[in-house]
Amino acid sequence: MIVEHATRSSRIGVALIAIALVVLASAPYWGDRQTLRLLAEMFTFIALASLWNLLAGYAGLVSVGQQAFVGLGGYVLFALAMLLDVNPVLAIFVAGPIGALVAVPVALLIFRLRGAYFAIGTWVVAEVFRLVASQISVLGGGSGISLPASVVLAMAPSRLMREFEMYWLALLLAVVILAAIFVLLRSRHGLALTAIRDNELAAQSTGIGVWSIKFTVYVLTAFGTAMVGAFIFLQKLRISPDTAFSVNDWTAFVIFITVIGGIGRIEGPIIGTIIFFALRQSFAGLGSLYLLMMGAVAIVVMLWAPKGLWGMIVERLGWQILPLQRHLVLRKDARGKS
Amino acid sequence: MQWLNVILQGVLIGGLYAMFATGLSLIFGVMRLVNIAHGDLIVLAAYISLIATQAFGMDPLTSLLLVVPVMALIGYALQRGLLNYTLGEDLLPPLLVTFGLSIIIQNGLLELFTADSRKLQAGAIEIQTFQLAQDLWIGALPLIQFVVAVAVIAGLQLLFYRTALGRALRATSDDQAVAQLTGLDTRHIFALAMALSLAVIAIAGVFLAVRANFDPAIGPARLIFAFEAVIIGGLGSMWGTLAGGIILGVSQAIGAQIDPGWQLLAGHIVFLAILAVRPQGLFPKVSG
Amino acid sequence: MPDDPLLKITAVDAFYGDFQALFGVSLSVGTGQVAAVIGANGAGKSTLLKCIAGLMHPSRGEILFENAATTNTPAFEALKRGIALVPEGRRLFPSLTVEENLLIGGQSRRPGPWTLARVYELFPILAERRNLPAPALSGGQQQMAAIGRALMSNPRLLLCDEISLGLAPIVVRDIYARLPQITAEGLSLVIVEQDIVQALRAASHVYCLQEGRVALQGAARDLSREKISAAYFGV
Repeated sequence: MIVEHATRSSRIGVALIAIALVVLASAPYWGDRQTLRLLAEMFTFIALASLWNLLAGYAGLVSVGQQAFVGLGGYVLFALAMLLDVNPVLAIFVAGPIGALVAVPVALLIFRLRGAYFAIGTWVVAEVFRLVASQISVLGGGSGISLPASVVLAMAPSRLMREFEMYWLALLLAVVILAAIFVLLRSRHGLALTAIRDNELAAQSTGIGVWSIKFTVYVLTAFGTAMVGAFIFLQKLRISPDTAFSVNDWTAFVIFITVIGGIGRIEGPIIGTIIFFALRQSFAGLGSLYLLMMGAVAIVVMLWAPKGLWGMIVERLGWQILPLQRHLVLRKDARGKS
Repeated sequence: MQWLNVILQGVLIGGLYAMFATGLSLIFGVMRLVNIAHGDLIVLAAYISLIATQAFGMDPLTSLLLVVPVMALIGYALQRGLLNYTLGEDLLPPLLVTFGLSIIIQNGLLELFTADSRKLQAGAIEIQTFQLAQDLWIGALPLIQFVVAVAVIAGLQLLFYRTALGRALRATSDDQAVAQLTGLDTRHIFALAMALSLAVIAIAGVFLAVRANFDPAIGPARLIFAFEAVIIGGLGSMWGTLAGGIILGVSQAIGAQIDPGWQLLAGHIVFLAILAVRPQGLFPKVSG
Repeated sequence: MPDDPLLKITAVDAFYGDFQALFGVSLSVGTGQVAAVIGANGAGKSTLLKCIAGLMHPSRGEILFENAATTNTPAFEALKRGIALVPEGRRLFPSLTVEENLLIGGQSRRPGPWTLARVYELFPILAERRNLPAPALSGGQQQMAAIGRALMSNPRLLLCDEISLGLAPIVVRDIYARLPQITAEGLSLVIVEQDIVQALRAASHVYCLQEGRVALQGAARDLSREKISAAYFGV
């Protein structure tokens, strides 16, 4: 008996992904600037939503405060690039470890809270970060600051090259983060996480160290979120406490994407992002009405299709795009015994 | 004397925070539900009061006669029509549904009323003060709000421990299934609890509207104050929640005195400190 | 009996998810009758009571109470119709005092002979401890309070789920000694018991469940030890 991961649909899925990656990587050669920007934005949301999904859908840690690390990543980038003359692209990859480091004491504090109180606790932490950022005058204080031209020019010789660079960075970040999540879920720890996702109490009784797994996942998620945050604000070229730590932009949309796409499945955030952006294109310019609508849709999905769109598809058709399922295969040996 | 004044102001606003918190902890106690839209419902109450004062020419305190029943009805309908379906083993549905509700209320209010800051006028009582001692003044309105907050908490204690409804609420929170065996329709009981919570929120919302400027976006901050007051005071104890609210109010007042930008931060820091050192809160009744 | 039984259960199947707990169970109880349901652990006894009380619903079959269907009636309505369950493990409300537990049993205000005073007459020890929090009582006293709580709703049918569980024999005998006072005015009783001796003494009719099926039924005096053992253990 062996454990296999792939199914027929996942083999097709992997092939499709490979093709998609090639197409996307070559986008600067066939797409215009708007397309590149839109795709880059989608990549950042896929990354953020996948990370939130790992935290909430697998580890059972529902956070409404991940904007803390998005903003932290952004401010770290600005600090490194402006005050320490670090190359901004390099700074993105430094923001990750710093985010993880900050996440350690944060986790030690808020892990004392459970369930929905934990969720609000994460929100408080984000508020604290926002208030502290408003006090740092060298980074613009309450009104924020723009990235100086010198830093921007250091990235690439021409504006066009800079756009290409940012696009590939976004794609790279999304692919790396998704790949890391995939590897984690395929591993022994991933099996533990899936067990926690399915039934935490039962998982605990089998001796899985639930607390330490949750702690590790929280810190790793902060790592990824901070990197994405650093990228986001490098692209925006301007940061302020309100935009850096915005609940709407970095939590509400992320949650809606994941809920609608499917919590607890790796494909969910990808599907959700596509739907979210398709809807946004159609309903552009509706402002707060759009948010209102998304809130209503999320509620409806949560009540009637709690596993999201992808969850429904998995249940009806048994598809998976990525080979993550574990099924036991009985192999007969030469004597016909298994 | 200066500091005594500051602390006094902090204590008084602590009463308001305690009212924010009581509604939140009531629901958690009865049905283990944390309503992420709690703060936005407080703001909703403020806007309903705004409509009442503008449309019917009421003064804010009289508008309570309208706002409280309206909010209670909204609470009953909300629980019975939506939130009852989210209750169960899984943590995610109530959290995400109330989060969605929060976004809907905020943006609905934004569409209806725009982002303009509003404030209700209560008339002469707003500037009336009493002098307690030399250099020690107390505003009439903050004092009234504090007294009402204490009265509300005392009233709720009475309700919970001396009435049949209170018995039913406590029994349902103890053991939902067995409560049904005594003939209680738990869907109805939960809805009554939510109606009660929203009635308290209504009072808090009107007081908030009179005291300070409000706009559709300030809900989440009120939720956070309510939450911090509950955690500081300790889960399960209403008087503990009052203490928590007061401690939060005083921390913020002291912080504001040091530097206006430090007001909110001071409160958060005290909250995090208590979380670090005594996570069960100062006067807990249950272990959470 | 010429008149219709108070409770008539016909071919009931009940499931917990995919697991079937009851297979075609039929049972009837007349007015003023005491029926016992015995069987090993996991035989389905508690499941049966839960179905009657409305805490769960059978997926097949019918439950008639006073000739009206209660198959899908929820628990709080079943109580209002006159079916009260003393749940397994007592399950008094820990946040309430003894008296509050009794009072809440009566909150449905069904008319009848059982009042707070009468319950205290039946179980005087409860009167002594009326203002103590429920968890402060001993196991036997808690069981009395749980029975009292159910009686306060003035039921026509009282279901008792393993009232002897975890109690000393002398306490069990004491409680069972008071059952006649409970049934004196025509209250029907269904008792689920692991203590077969008590069950046979108290009941006029016995049903023995084995792995979700009725393996044996009959008047208590007609059933021999051997027949019961055979049905109980399925040998």
